Amino acid sequence: MHNSSGSESAPAPTITVANLAKDYRVYDKPEGLRASITSLFHRPSRLVEALRGVSLSVARGEFVALLGPNGAGKTTFLKLLSGIITPSRGTAHVLGYVPWERANDFRRRFALVMGQRNQLWWDLPAAESFRLHKEIYRIDTPRFERTRDELVDLLGVRKLILQPVRELSLGERMKLELVAALLHEPEVLFLDEPTIGLDVVAQHTLHTFLSHIQAERQMTVILTTHYMKDVAALCKRAVVITGGSILYDGSLEQIVDRFTTHKVVTLDLEGTPEPSQMDRFGFPYEIRGPQVKLRIDRQRIADVLPEILRSQQIRDVSVEDVPLEEIVAELFRVGADRQAAEVRP
Amino acid sequence: MSHSPPTPRRDPFAGLRTWFTMLVISLEERLAYRGDFILGTLMRFLPIVTQVFLWTAVFAATSRSDIAGYSRTDIVAYYLLTMVTRAFSSMPGLAGGIARSIRDGSVKKYLVQPVDYVSFLLAARIAHKLVYYAVALLPFAGVFYICRGYFPPLPDAVTIAAFVAALGMSFLLGFFMEATLGMLGFWFLEVSSIIFAYMLVQYLLSGHMFPLDMLSGIQTGITGVSVADLVRWLPFEYTAYFPAAVWLGKVRGAELVRSLAIEAGWVVAMAVACRIVWRRGTRRYSAFGG
Repeated sequence: MHNSSGSESAPAPTITVANLAKDYRVYDKPEGLRASITSLFHRPSRLVEALRGVSLSVARGEFVALLGPNGAGKTTFLKLLSGIITPSRGTAHVLGYVPWERANDFRRRFALVMGQRNQLWWDLPAAESFRLHKEIYRIDTPRFERTRDELVDLLGVRKLILQPVRELSLGERMKLELVAALLHEPEVLFLDEPTIGLDVVAQHTLHTFLSHIQAERQMTVILTTHYMKDVAALCKRAVVITGGSILYDGSLEQIVDRFTTHKVVTLDLEGTPEPSQMDRFGFPYEIRGPQVKLRIDRQRIADVLPEILRSQQIRDVSVEDVPLEEIVAELFRVGADRQAAEVRP
Repeated sequence: MSHSPPTPRRDPFAGLRTWFTMLVISLEERLAYRGDFILGTLMRFLPIVTQVFLWTAVFAATSRSDIAGYSRTDIVAYYLLTMVTRAFSSMPGLAGGIARSIRDGSVKKYLVQPVDYVSFLLAARIAHKLVYYAVALLPFAGVFYICRGYFPPLPDAVTIAAFVAALGMSFLLGFFMEATLGMLGFWFLEVSSIIFAYMLVQYLLSGHMFPLDMLSGIQTGITGVSVADLVRWLPFEYTAYFPAAVWLGKVRGAELVRSLAIEAGWVVAMAVACRIVWRRGTRRYSAFGG
């Protein structure tokens, strides 16, 4: 299902991953005191496959969305690519380095931003954390000042960098986290749910910022998120992971083409229709006052639509793809079913 | 628009400069808590007062003028000096803080960034100490002025230099021992009871509770080996007893040189242990989940 992008003569990909797998040993503690005492001496454990042989490659300058339900292995995947954890099997190269060897030269060239983790010093203004990053990442002074000013202006947070971080709102902190992560101009950026808990305005600011900076720097970005708005605004390519395996890897538009069998037709009628009027078309529908939503097979829409239009008093009509959220939710379900089928003896 | 990735600055002193920046920023962070700090510093003087009262009572109850070679004034001088040593070698919150950073995952930052966690901890701890000394200097000076009558005359320059060296190394020794202890958090979910046991042993065997040479009269059962001889094989005495003993002139000449060398040996050994535990710990952390 792999979908390689770029031409034949393209340079070596920035990220290559082959059969990457990670198992965790988890310990079960049965309920009850007796079990607790027994578990002091023997703890029953089992192996959980967080990631089961993932392969993909990402070219320089791609912005990839990593989608999947909770526990699908997204964060495990990013932790592997950042070198925080070592895999059980398989290989990965980022910028030519094996991430979990944690070479300093590698660590100076990428950044990881986790939505719920702080790299900024809590009790100090962000400007101090930036200064420390300047030294840690060995950024020369003119370049540091230029990059810092550019980033804080793009995000509109110049006023905030002299205020202790603990006094800032979640959205403001996230913006400053991003500035800190981008000061050393990483070539590769991993974003783990950067918009979690943010309001719509802050989300939008981040979208504009990320797409601008990514394009300008030709940065290679992998983003995990649960918000389809993030994906639609930023990514051309989407990788769907469920149960530790890749279910889909390809362009965002193709998800819609491949995984939807129908379109949603919305009719605004003169007056509320009777169900009998809608039953005759033979498609699932939903009536809400004078508005009706029909889910119609894509192949048949050209035949069916004229008939509907003829038979009803219509004020307005629209034909739309199924929303991305629904498609992805459906994909997650498919993945879960497939997994259940595998487990069954 | 083409964008070239930056070339990292090549600078032989870059490591040192980074470390110094970590020190300065840690200092700023410590100063954010000055209120809490002043109170904590003043509270530390309470135990010493009770110790002085206790030993005054002990001497009042006995007709002897000295106990194991310590007169009443010697004892007071000894406790005041161990207080100075502990101001260097004690590491409040270090082991617990490391263990917490492992448990809550904030240690990840040091795996992702090109920065050395142990160097960072050392910078932060030096900052911690500097702020503490700035706050504690005045009360310390006051106590020593009031108690000046308990001290023997100022020792010679060599002894003072040896005392300073012993103090500096006691800081490093305390640091590496507690940092190593905290990194056991890679193996155990909860290390607070291990830390507690360590504190207890440390309190007894460092000379913080009583001068260690008092143990030389207690036999272990092995002929010619006293409890004091056993304790001397451990690193703890260098974190309280030894610097005080140096100032009081109890360790001199060849023995002084040898003891300083042994202390230096312990510092190196614990620094190496700390590195090894960090390396193995992060390897385990990476393998088991992060």
